[in-house]
Amino acid sequence: MPFNPHTPKDVGDMLAAIGAKTIEELFDEIPKELRIESLAGIPDALNEMQTGKLMMARAAQDGMPLNFIGAGAYEHHIPSAVWAVTTRGEFYSAYTPYQAEASQGTLQLIYEYQTMISSLTGMEVSNASLYDGGSAVAEASLMSVRAHRKSKSQRILVPTTVHPHYRKVAVATASGQGVRFEEIACPKGYLSLADLKKYEGEDITAIVIQQPNFFGALEDVDAITDWAHANGALVIGSVNPTALSILKPPGEWGTKGADIACGDCQPLGVPLSSGGPYAGFLTTKMEFVRQMPGRIVGRTVDADGHQGFALTLQAREQHIRRGKATSNICTNQGLLVTAATIYLSLLGPEGLARVANESHRRANELVAALVRVKGVKLAFERPRFHEAVLQLDRPVAPVLAELARRGIVGGFDLSTDYPELGNALLVCATETRSSEDIEKYANALTETLKAAVRAA
Amino acid sequence: MSDIPADLKYTKSHEWVRTLANGNVEVGITDHAQGALGDLVFVDVPEAGKSLKAGDSFAVVESVKAASDVYAPLAGAVVEGNPALGSQPELINSEPYGAGWIARMKPAVAPQGLLSAAEYQAHLDAEG
Repeated sequence: MPFNPHTPKDVGDMLAAIGAKTIEELFDEIPKELRIESLAGIPDALNEMQTGKLMMARAAQDGMPLNFIGAGAYEHHIPSAVWAVTTRGEFYSAYTPYQAEASQGTLQLIYEYQTMISSLTGMEVSNASLYDGGSAVAEASLMSVRAHRKSKSQRILVPTTVHPHYRKVAVATASGQGVRFEEIACPKGYLSLADLKKYEGEDITAIVIQQPNFFGALEDVDAITDWAHANGALVIGSVNPTALSILKPPGEWGTKGADIACGDCQPLGVPLSSGGPYAGFLTTKMEFVRQMPGRIVGRTVDADGHQGFALTLQAREQHIRRGKATSNICTNQGLLVTAATIYLSLLGPEGLARVANESHRRANELVAALVRVKGVKLAFERPRFHEAVLQLDRPVAPVLAELARRGIVGGFDLSTDYPELGNALLVCATETRSSEDIEKYANALTETLKAAVRAA
Repeated sequence: MSDIPADLKYTKSHEWVRTLANGNVEVGITDHAQGALGDLVFVDVPEAGKSLKAGDSFAVVESVKAASDVYAPLAGAVVEGNPALGSQPELINSEPYGAGWIARMKPAVAPQGLLSAAEYQAHLDAEG
């Protein structure tokens, strides 16, 4: 569909029809003091050439460092075909279609995506995506309150092993609607049943479990899920989709499985790109499907019996339910979903499991190499996926700065979000890190720690 | 012509009310309402114990073409929601005044402001 901007004549005709002389006159009821001419900190517009130069300069600042940081966004190999196909004109839109049924190709892609995500999570139904892993936890929390009709408390338990950003997003999104998030401290780096003991017999709406957790460790998801269900709480799993190819899917946690499973699609073919855009996924059991936010594509047949795809269960949505809609999510991260779907199609279940296994192996290799460095210890002894927390014998920030000078992004400094952990550093390795890369990091860390001792 | 049984009371928002022998009331949506909605695919039935003011939304009926709230015709507490509607929402289409009842309520005060069958018929005629 061509985009036709209004010509000065169009604008003049419209103003004449309304009876206004100028566009300014249309808006003159808005008081001067409420009009913003420019935003503090936001520079004036640049032209295309200036913008291009600025972006090249910014990109050059990053250099090509050797990356050992994960913390929710992961550097995986992305086959060239993923973005070659994703950026084809037929797919190249950030939006789910408004004239939905006219876009059968897009709808089929979303349908395939939902099928793959349901299969990965072991859940019965997936929506057409959300914004990211954090908003997915927030929407899952709101959804649990709607779905759990017996619970009146709107209390949701969130262990501190859930990504700190996800927790902040959930609080910012859902607390205004009366949802109360109660943090459970996890000093051992995972949530233990003993930490849950004091909540027994209380009205808890849901518990959020992250698997693998923010520290890269595996939570005892079966026991926690069964504990939650025995105590009348729903279970929200926040999961890494790559890890699901080798871990037990949330649909099979405990006796009854998680009630809602969500996460971030970034590891599935989406580049890190300075923090986004990514896409979130959200899945659930059929019994809760009407409480699910966002769009859902279904497969059907037309009047002639031919297969077709259609948006379904739309009575939950704002264009029908208005203020009583399940959420205000209408458009979503269609382009990122396209990339994730193509990535999953190219790798298949076996390829994804190879990525996961290799990432796990490289992370173990990294941890083994780094704990041999004097001044470095492993913080938590716990089965891991592809990340781990290290304890340094001195503050982390200056060490990371020195490593950066040597072209190494050494990990995520946990001291801001987890001051109680002391000099803690979260490190990650995926299939993209070689033995040579890991050796380079270990050597640089050895020299950095030695040099700092001499300087002191 | 939609069916409007003479022994029931009605609201302008198309609910019907039947007073039961024990003083509780049974509530549903009228034949006219189910006809306007079309084939029902889902009914969000209220939980027992929920306390309502007259005019509160207490159930949602969803058809192939629309979703609508059902409003409490009177103040009171929900005694039970119709469990059959969970798997058979179409009961509202086939028997709106019988097996398709939505909830039973214990009235807080004597119902007031409800329409008789003739008044409801007049309301429908006026709505066109």
